[in-house]
Amino acid sequence: MIISVASGKGGTGKTTIAVSLALVLAKDKGKNVKFLDCDVEEPNAHLFLKPVITNSDSVKIPVPKIDDEKCNYCGKCAEVCVFNAIAVTKKKVLVFPALCHGCGACTLFCLEKAITEEGNEVGVLEEGKAGSINFIHGRLNIGEPMAPPIIRKIKKRINNNAIKGGNNDIANNHITIIDAPPGTSCPVIESIKGSDYTILVTEPTPFGLHDLILAVEVLQKLKIPYGVVLNKCDIGNHQVEKYCNENDIPILLSLPLNKEIAIAYSKGIPIVSLDHSYEQKFIQLFQNIIK
Amino acid sequence: MKEIVIISGKGGTGKTVITASMAVLAKNKVMGDCDVDASNLYLLLHPVIKEKNEFYAGLIPSIDLKKCTNCGRCQEVCRFDAINIIKGQTVINLISCEGCGLCALVCPVKAIQMKENHCGEWYISETKYGPLVFARLGIAEENSGKLVTLVRQQVQEIAKKKNLELIIIDGPPGIGCPLIATLSGANLAVVLTEPTLSGLHDLERVVKVAQHFGVKTVVIINKFDINLENSAKIKEWCQDAKVETIGEIHFDNIITKALVKGVPVVEYSNNTVTKEIKDAWQKLEYLIN
Repeated sequence: MIISVASGKGGTGKTTIAVSLALVLAKDKGKNVKFLDCDVEEPNAHLFLKPVITNSDSVKIPVPKIDDEKCNYCGKCAEVCVFNAIAVTKKKVLVFPALCHGCGACTLFCLEKAITEEGNEVGVLEEGKAGSINFIHGRLNIGEPMAPPIIRKIKKRINNNAIKGGNNDIANNHITIIDAPPGTSCPVIESIKGSDYTILVTEPTPFGLHDLILAVEVLQKLKIPYGVVLNKCDIGNHQVEKYCNENDIPILLSLPLNKEIAIAYSKGIPIVSLDHSYEQKFIQLFQNIIK
Repeated sequence: MKEIVIISGKGGTGKTVITASMAVLAKNKVMGDCDVDASNLYLLLHPVIKEKNEFYAGLIPSIDLKKCTNCGRCQEVCRFDAINIIKGQTVINLISCEGCGLCALVCPVKAIQMKENHCGEWYISETKYGPLVFARLGIAEENSGKLVTLVRQQVQEIAKKKNLELIIIDGPPGIGCPLIATLSGANLAVVLTEPTLSGLHDLERVVKVAQHFGVKTVVIINKFDINLENSAKIKEWCQDAKVETIGEIHFDNIITKALVKGVPVVEYSNNTVTKEIKDAWQKLEYLIN
């Protein structure tokens, strides 16, 4: 089964929850746990899981390369490119790789067959092991704008047994945990689509509530079942709880603000490693999801 | 006219809280919220909306089922796995679609048309601190970078029209398309970080992006007393990267209290934290002039 961890607002504790859940589930020898950090703009899970990276792979977008000998500057390639990634002047074709989505329209429509495609690296994917957890994350290269191609490549590594299992023993023993980026737009969608369940992490403040409501809209649109983890549940006010109650959204777990946890977090120590009494809470979180 | 952008790399470090306080402290300014995914600044500035506008960007395909022969050509060329033939019927998954339009171009019977995509709204508003432009990207939409650019253009126009000297922008998290759209061409980027390993890791990446685009960058460490060792590491890193640390702010739940009340913290209280924010603002004011 695939469980993604998301939130509209940043810094609510997505990585904390995703990492602790993965660590607790991996203690069960019968379970095969895979961890995908899909926040490729600012990946952080490795700081907590400390995986040994054994494999690294470049992520490339196919970008057009023009053969000047064959090109007759007809302009068809620029005409079919909706992303304005190609401009054609009288004697020159300009390609802007940062705008190219790699759709292949230019290549297909070039009448002179003057276009070939070469990979433009937008990021890297790294794989390894953190104990028994299979760990994969990606990193967007500095200055590159597009995260989705890297996220798509990470998600290709999901174990087939884990896909869309529903509630049965095989699915419950092959678990993929996805740590998503913050927000509600394309990188988030790319990360969480196809999940069996999404955990929305929020905090009880006006910002937390506002962005939770947006995240709930995303999940309704994607038709993914979801529940809420209320982090730092004793700060702020009770509006998030009220909203969840009124809308029949389950609160799967509430965690109070705890200075020791905050300090441990700052050093890259997961909650469940700091204090083993939290393990039971995360097992319960998983039980709440599969029931 | 000068433009300051507040960014962070990592989410939830306090960008909006600090931006709102700057909106209180600065004179002759206009504000823009470029976190178009989850815009929060308006929750603290309480604007009166003057103008609501629709945002159209990109194209989305629609299939005329009467014309479609389900030949599969569109599915064959689509590189985003957005087209499937389910029970003999061609279906486009708009969530996977990138809007490249290749399907419409190759369709032999012209059954696919590309239509303009309504993907959000943007607002011009007035607050007691000055004008504010903010936006809301539609749920699960693309083109956030274009909406960010639009917000910045509108803010710049207002600044010109009203002769305002300063633009203050609340930025998005991350280092991708919306962040690049927020950052490019700004006069000064203020990176708000926290003394956690994640904060430091994300700070390094976002500062590199700012430097890549040639934007002068300074750093404020929020909640610096949560881990003094990491705060020292951040300052050391900043020094090596030739980035000035212009402020350090204590951890204090007064910030959450002000947030719950819906007011900028410098208006809510007068204590160590608000003094630290004011000091940081004075340094910024000096730097920008």
